[in-house]
Amino acid sequence: MPELMMEQKSMRDMLGDVILELAKTDPKVYVLDGDLANSTKINTVAENLPHKFLQMGIAEQNMIGVAAGLATIGLQPWVSTFAAFLTKRCLDQVSVVVAQPKLDVKLLGAYAGVLNGCAGKTHQAVEDIAIMRSLPNMVVLAPADTYEVGQMIEFANEYKGPVYIRLTRDPVAPVFTDGYRFRLGEAAKVKEGKDITIISTGSQTGRSLQAARDLEAEGISAAVLHMPSIKPLDVEAIVRAARETGAIVTAEDHSVLGGLGGAVAEVLVEHCPVPMLRVGVQDKNIQSGSNSALLDKYELSAAHVADRVKQCLLKKRIGG
Amino acid sequence: MEMTQEQLKTLKALAASTRKLIVETVHYANAGHMGGPMSVTDLLVALYFEVMNIRPDQPDWEERDRFVLSKGHSAIALYTVMALRGYLPVEELKTFDKIDSRLQAHPDMGALPGLDMSTGSLGQGISAAVGMALGAKLTGKSFTTFCVLGDGEAQEGQVWEAADVAVRYALDNLVVFLDYNKLQQYGWEAPNQSREVPIQSPETKWSAFGWNVVTIDGHRFEEIVEACDRAKSHKGRPTIIIANTVKGKGVSFMENAYLWHSKVPTRQELEQAITEITAGGDR
Repeated sequence: MPELMMEQKSMRDMLGDVILELAKTDPKVYVLDGDLANSTKINTVAENLPHKFLQMGIAEQNMIGVAAGLATIGLQPWVSTFAAFLTKRCLDQVSVVVAQPKLDVKLLGAYAGVLNGCAGKTHQAVEDIAIMRSLPNMVVLAPADTYEVGQMIEFANEYKGPVYIRLTRDPVAPVFTDGYRFRLGEAAKVKEGKDITIISTGSQTGRSLQAARDLEAEGISAAVLHMPSIKPLDVEAIVRAARETGAIVTAEDHSVLGGLGGAVAEVLVEHCPVPMLRVGVQDKNIQSGSNSALLDKYELSAAHVADRVKQCLLKKRIGG
Repeated sequence: MEMTQEQLKTLKALAASTRKLIVETVHYANAGHMGGPMSVTDLLVALYFEVMNIRPDQPDWEERDRFVLSKGHSAIALYTVMALRGYLPVEELKTFDKIDSRLQAHPDMGALPGLDMSTGSLGQGISAAVGMALGAKLTGKSFTTFCVLGDGEAQEGQVWEAADVAVRYALDNLVVFLDYNKLQQYGWEAPNQSREVPIQSPETKWSAFGWNVVTIDGHRFEEIVEACDRAKSHKGRPTIIIANTVKGKGVSFMENAYLWHSKVPTRQELEQAITEITAGGDR
């Protein structure tokens, strides 16, 4: 089955352009890099506005502390490195000097998820949502496409406090058009459907949308609810989806433990229990490989999402 | 800046008051640290009463000098000095380490105005101080950032990440004190002494990283204040002041005794401590 047919773009290309514009127009914005600017594409700032670019070297823990110090004097640091290092290596730093004191630090976690260009387990982050959403005061966002990346960065610039934006490396097809506005804590219905709802986040929304369209041909009507804001979470939209369609599949390029699937399960158990299944990394070590091989191995492709939907519908029909 | 005998006497009296309040507070709270707060007392008194450009009645004043207690477990010393300086009522020290208190076991900048950074997880404060000094450079502000680092804390790798970046950005508006009391909580047993020094040859290490290094007696106010003056006039590099101190300073049975790192004094020990601090108050 073909994956996405539309023109695919990488979030990082968008990121470089948007951050450069922001750094040009907002005097409080500075970019901190952990020696990955040419991978994350934030080198646009280094090349065009060198005085707004602060190289912190391969020393991420210090980078978080420096960002906190900058924020205390009214600046808005944008910390950019791979999600794996930002969330796992620097968890204590992010917790103590950014999240707890609610400082205005923006955290850009690039190369999140499994699809990160054959770098393998040390560079993949499938725990970052779980980690970051457990921190008090932390806002956790995962855009579906490049358009939403721009919207989220605009939001984060206005918002006073820590924001983690999870960015994936794989090229993604457009999900949103120019009229869409990202709003904190609001889910976006990207496809209507009456039999079941797929709740997805990040670049997995594109694959979920593809799955839902493919399912139409088989007579299954699946709604797709994109969850760009994992914290705060749109509890109301989740409960409404459960009530309206009676079954939920979550989908994320992340571990099924503690991420979107975990968050949605918590809501359903407390408010509206319905049959539910989770698409995501099933508590496994991750290997390196091509994107298509990884999608297949960790069962994240549109075809895998469609299969999960069918399994969940079976649970719904037999009342389990 | 030459200090008068009168100033010196005042600072010594303040240090004695601070040490007495520390011992009392830890005794009544039945929690907290002893050794480190007593070793860092004179540094904090010098900074808050002589060196730093601050306005206690306006704790968020933008031009103020910044201070980061990287060794956050010495919080009680900082709270006490801040109380004596007018940031909070001395009475409030009784709430130390209690639920809903502004005086949390480790400094929480969200709780108490005047705390420039939350600390407690070791090795992190110095990075934030680097950020403040860097921010001052970026925005053309003239304030100085001061930081007190523990010698045990210097075992954290992040400290050396910060040391490297501070030199790359030529942060001559950053002054770090190393509270070199030569003991950590437990550490390593040494053959000829009770415990190994937490960090050996700090002068060599900080020099190798490119810092301006000054070594002083961390209990002599004249030396502390003069070292700060020298640090502020040194251009192009950050300064570290290696302050030789005594853990548990001022109380005979606490001095150089690693077990007093976080031990709570009994009623009898409290009384003896107060007597000794009072007797040695103007030393």
